[in-house]
Amino acid sequence: MGLKDKLMELQQKALEEISSAEDLKKINDIRVNLLGKKGPITEVLRGMRDLPKEERPNVGSFANKVRDELTNAITERKDRIEALKTAKRLEEEKIDVTLPGVPVKAGQPHIIMQVIDQIEKLFLGMGYQVVDGPEIEEDHYNFEMMNLPKDHPARDMQDTFYLTDNNLLMRTQTSPVQARTMEKHDFSKGPLKMISPGKVYRRDTDDATHSHQFHQIEGLVLDKHITMADLKGTLQLIARTIFGEEREIRLRPSYFPFTEPSVEVDVSCFKCNGNGCSVCKDTGWIEVLGAGMVHPNVLKISGIDADVYGGFAFGLGPDRFAMLKYGVDDIREFYLNDVRFLKQFSQRG
Amino acid sequence: MKISTKWLSDYVNIDVEPQVLAEKIERTAVEVDDAYRLEKGLKKIVVGETLEVKNHPNSDHLHVCQVNVGAEEPLQIVCGAPNIAAHQKVIVALPNSRIADNVKIKRGKMRGEVSEGMICALQEIGFSESVVPKEFVEGIYVLPAEAEPGKPVYPYLGMDEDIIDLDVTPNRADMLSMRGTAYELAAIYDKKVSLPTPAIKETAAEKTADYVEVTADSDLASTYLMRVIKNVTIKESPMWLQKRLWNAGVRPINNVVDVTNYILMDYGQPLHSFDYDKISGKQITVRLAKAGEQLTTIDEQKRELSAADIVIADEKGPIALAGTMGGQDTAIDEKTTTVALEAAVFNPSLVRKTARKYNLHSEASMRFERGINRQTVAEALDAAAQLIADLGEGEITAGIAQGALENIASVEVKITLTKINKVLGTKLTSEDVEDIFRRLGFGVKVDQDLFTVSISPRRWDISIAADLIEEVARIYGYDNLPATLPTGELVPGHYTHVQKMIRETRQIMEAAGLTQAVSYGLTTAAKAKSFLMQPSEITQLSFPMSSDRTTVRMNLISGLLDDVAYNVARKVNDVALYEQGRVFYREEGISRPTEVEHIAGALTGLFETATWHDAKIPVDFFLTKGIVEHMLYSLGITTGIRFVQTTEHQEMHPGRTADIYVEDKYLGFVGEVHPTVAKEYHIDRTYVFELDLQKIVEMPKQSEIYTPVSKYPAITRDVALAVAKTVENDAIINAIKKTSGKDLAKVELFDVYEGKHIAADYKSLAYKLTYQNKEKTLLDEEVTKDFNKVVAKLKEEFNVEIR
Ligand SMILES: [Zn+2]
Repeated sequence: MGLKDKLMELQQKALEEISSAEDLKKINDIRVNLLGKKGPITEVLRGMRDLPKEERPNVGSFANKVRDELTNAITERKDRIEALKTAKRLEEEKIDVTLPGVPVKAGQPHIIMQVIDQIEKLFLGMGYQVVDGPEIEEDHYNFEMMNLPKDHPARDMQDTFYLTDNNLLMRTQTSPVQARTMEKHDFSKGPLKMISPGKVYRRDTDDATHSHQFHQIEGLVLDKHITMADLKGTLQLIARTIFGEEREIRLRPSYFPFTEPSVEVDVSCFKCNGNGCSVCKDTGWIEVLGAGMVHPNVLKISGIDADVYGGFAFGLGPDRFAMLKYGVDDIREFYLNDVRFLKQFSQRG
Repeated sequence: MKISTKWLSDYVNIDVEPQVLAEKIERTAVEVDDAYRLEKGLKKIVVGETLEVKNHPNSDHLHVCQVNVGAEEPLQIVCGAPNIAAHQKVIVALPNSRIADNVKIKRGKMRGEVSEGMICALQEIGFSESVVPKEFVEGIYVLPAEAEPGKPVYPYLGMDEDIIDLDVTPNRADMLSMRGTAYELAAIYDKKVSLPTPAIKETAAEKTADYVEVTADSDLASTYLMRVIKNVTIKESPMWLQKRLWNAGVRPINNVVDVTNYILMDYGQPLHSFDYDKISGKQITVRLAKAGEQLTTIDEQKRELSAADIVIADEKGPIALAGTMGGQDTAIDEKTTTVALEAAVFNPSLVRKTARKYNLHSEASMRFERGINRQTVAEALDAAAQLIADLGEGEITAGIAQGALENIASVEVKITLTKINKVLGTKLTSEDVEDIFRRLGFGVKVDQDLFTVSISPRRWDISIAADLIEEVARIYGYDNLPATLPTGELVPGHYTHVQKMIRETRQIMEAAGLTQAVSYGLTTAAKAKSFLMQPSEITQLSFPMSSDRTTVRMNLISGLLDDVAYNVARKVNDVALYEQGRVFYREEGISRPTEVEHIAGALTGLFETATWHDAKIPVDFFLTKGIVEHMLYSLGITTGIRFVQTTEHQEMHPGRTADIYVEDKYLGFVGEVHPTVAKEYHIDRTYVFELDLQKIVEMPKQSEIYTPVSKYPAITRDVALAVAKTVENDAIINAIKKTSGKDLAKVELFDVYEGKHIAADYKSLAYKLTYQNKEKTLLDEEVTKDFNKVVAKLKEEFNVEIR
C-alpha cells in the first residue's frame, strides 16, 4: 500500500471518528491523536524519506491537504457540538414567563396629600410661596383679622372648637395663615402670592359628608393691579389642572366676610360633561370652591393701604376635590386609613 | 326662604319658566336649594264629597264611605281617619292614582269591603307635617265647602304654585322677604316693582294711648312701635292666607298669628302679638332683664333670665323675650279679643346672644340678627293691623304707641368708574354702570369718573365702595368677566428647606414600603398622653362633640394604632403605615401649645407576603429599625446614630425598645408595642417608631463630598465569637473599631446564632472585617497583625471565645 492510499484510509477513518464525536473532550482527543507530533499523519510524513525524490512533493501536498481537511472537520464538528450544547441549555432553561413578577414593596402618599401636592406644584410654578401656620389659632387671627368680629352672624357658618382657654381655637380655615403673612409682608420686595395648605377643624358631627377634621388650601394674591378677571383665570387653571383640560368654570355670587365681591365657583361636571348626572345632581355643574376679592377691611386690619393694594383670595377643599375626582362617597374614609382604600390611589400626580 | 312665584307675580311681572328663574337667581343673587311644584308627580287626586259614612262591619275604627267624585256613581272608599264625617269635602286619590313618594293607589278590599281609592291627609300628598294645620295632623284634611267634587285638588291647596327655595347668605337678608326678593328680581330683569301699601282705617273714638304707653331704651330697640286692635274674633284664616303660609313653610294657626307670620314673610319684619287683656297695666317697657326674673315662653319652658336678655315687660315683669319668643301668659288664644301688636328693631347682637343661649333660633331672631328693612317697620305694622282687623272683624285704635323711632335716611357711597374697571378687569362704560345702579333702584349722580350712589335702607348690606363693585359685577354677570392671570414679573416659587425636607421624608417612607396615613388630630386624653417623647400638659377642647375627640394629640403612634386596629378588625392583618404630622406639647401655665412636626410608623403582620418566588417576611424589630436607619441616612444623617435599649416607655415592650439619638440629641424611639397595650387595641404584635422630624430637619447634615475609591485590593478576615448574651453588638463593634488600626475600612455583623451548638446564656456573633489602604497594597502579615490585636482585645474585654 502506497503512502497516498494510507493517507486516504487514515482520512476516511478519522472523518468517521470526528463525525461521531459527541462532546468537546472527545473531539479534543481526536485532534491531539490525529494531528499531534506522534499522530498518524506525522508518521506518514516521516515515511516520505523512503520515497523517491520526485514523488515527495506530490505526496507531501496531498498529506497537507488531508491535514487541512481534517483540521476543518474537527473545527466544524467542535462548533456544531457547542451549538448543540447551547441549544440544549437554552431548551432546559426555558421558564413560564406568565408566572407573576415579584412584587416591589412600595407605599404611597395619602390621596389627600396627592391632591395637595398637585395644587402646590401648580402654584409654585406660578410664583406663589407655600406658607404653613399653626393649627391651634387665636380668635384674633382666625376670625377678627378675617373681618369676623365677635357676634358677627357669619360666625355661625363655621362652628368652632374652642380650647379651654377661650381665646384659642382649632383653626376653622387656613386663612389665619394669610393674616399672619399679610401682617408681615413688605410690598417693597414685590407682590404677595401665597397658598396655605393644611388641616382645619369644625365642630361638626362626623357623617358621610361632614368631618370634624378636613383640609383646606387657601390662596392669596395682593398687588397694585390684581383684577377679578385674574381670579377667574386662576380658578380656571386650578379646575383644569385637577379635573381635566376641557373643564369650564362659572362664578356665582356668595358671601364670605373676608372677600367682597365673594363668589362660589362651579366646575362643569367631568362625569357627564354638563349633560346632567348624579354627581352634579343633574345641573351639569359641581360646586368646588369659594373665592373673592379681598375685603378692604381685611387689608386695613393688616395695616395694608386698601386704596393702593388689592387682590384676590380663594379657598378650596382637597378632601372635597378627592371625593369628586375619585368618586369617594364617604369623607370618613380619608381618616380611617383602611389600607385597601389607601392603596387604590397609586398613581402620582 | 321659600318663594312662591305666584305671590311674587303680585309685585313684579317676570314671565320666565321657574327653572330658568331659579338658575338666574343662583347666578346673580343667592343660592337656590330647590325649585319645585308640590303637585309634581301626583296623579288623579281630586275633590270628593262624603255622601255617607258608615262604620265598617269588621273593624272598630274603619269607616265605609260613599264619596261623590263628580262621576255619576259615588265611589265606595274605606277610610280609617278619626275625623272623617259625612258631608265633608275631602282629598280623594282615585284608583290608579299616584300620591306622595310615587306610591300607586289601587282598587282593593279592606277587611272584606271594596275600597275604590283613598281619602288622604295632607302629608300623604306631599305636605311636610310641620306646615299641616294642627287639627288635621292626625287625620284627613277637610277642604273648604266650595270645593267642587271631581276637580283636581291642587289649586285649592296652592299645590299648583311654583316654589323656589332660596338659601339666603347672611349678607343678603334683604331677600328674606317677598318684597326684597321682588326688588332683586326687578333689578335682574330690569323691571319695575309694584308694591301695595296698606290703607289703615282707625277707629277715631278709641285712642291707642288710652290702652298702652310704651317706653324703650333705644340701645336695645332703635324702633319700638305698638298698635292695638280690639273686638277681634279669633278663627281660622282664609284659604288664600293659609296657602301662602304653608307654601312659605309656615304652619297656619289662627288669623292673628297667621297675619304676623304673613307680614314677616312679606316685609321681612318680625312682629309679635300679645293678648292685650292678659297684660298687667298699660305701661309696656323694653329693657334688660333683671337678675332673678323668669319667663315661661310659649314653648312652655320656664327660663331664668339674665341681664344680657332684652325683655318686653308689663307692670308685673317680663312678658316676652325680645325678638326671640313671646311669653306663655300673654299669648293669643281662641278667647282673645284685643290684640296688642308690636313691630320693632331690636339690638342684633343681643338678640343673637339670647337666641344662642336658649337655643331659640327662629325666623324672627334670624332677621333681627342679620338686619331688617328699618324703613318699613311702621308700614309693616299698619299692614298687619289692617289685615287682622279685616280677618277678625276688629277695630284699630287711633295712633301708634311709640317707644322709640329711628330716623332712617339713604346712605351715600362714592365710587369711580376707574376703580370698578380696575378691580373687575373690565372695560365698562359710565353708561353701563349707571344703568346697573338704576336697575338696582339706587339714586345715581355722575360727575365725570365719579358716581355718587344713594342707597335705600332696604339694601342695608351696602355701605362701602367694594359693596357697589359686587353689585355691578353680579348684575353685569360673572360670565362676562374675562379670564386672565396676574401679570408682573414671574419668579417661580420654591419650598423652604423645612418644607422640602418634610416632603422628602414622606417619599423616603413610601419608597421604603410604608403607606401614608392621615389620622385625627383630636383624640382622647388617655391616647394623647400615651407614647410620649417628652413630658407635656394636655390641651383640651372646651365643648367637644364626642368623648373620642376631646384632646389634641401629643403623639402620632396612638392614631396609627387606631388605624391598625381598624384594619385588623376588617381582616387586613398586614399593615405598614406612616404618618407625618403635628403634635401639640404644652407647658404648664401657658395655654398655647407648641406645634412640632413628627414622623411615625406602625407595622404589623407580614411586611412581605410569601409568593411562589419568595418566602414571607414578617415585620419585626430589626426590619422596623432598618426603616428608621434608612430614613436617617437618606436625610443626610450618617454618623453618630445610636440605638439605646430602654425600659422607660410605659406603652412599649421593655425588652424590645430603643431610644434613638444622634450624638447626644434625642430624636425618638423604635420598638414593639407592649403586649398589654396591643391587647387594648385588639391588635397583634405591632412595631412602631416616632421621631421628632423638626429636630432631624434642623440637624447639620453630612456634607456630600466624593471619597475616591481605593484602587488597591481589600483583604478580609472573618471572626466568630461566643459571647455572653448580655453583651451588645454595639459594644463589640466599638471595641473592634477602636483597636483595629488605621486600615480597617469596614466591619459588618454577618451572623447571629443562639441554640444548641452553643452554651446557654451565650450567643455567637460573626463579623467580617475589611482592610484596605488608599496608597498601597496591604500585605497579609500586616493585616494578620492588626486582626490579632482585635481578637486579643475582644478576649480581654468581653471574655469571648473565638469559634
Ligand atoms: Zn354630571
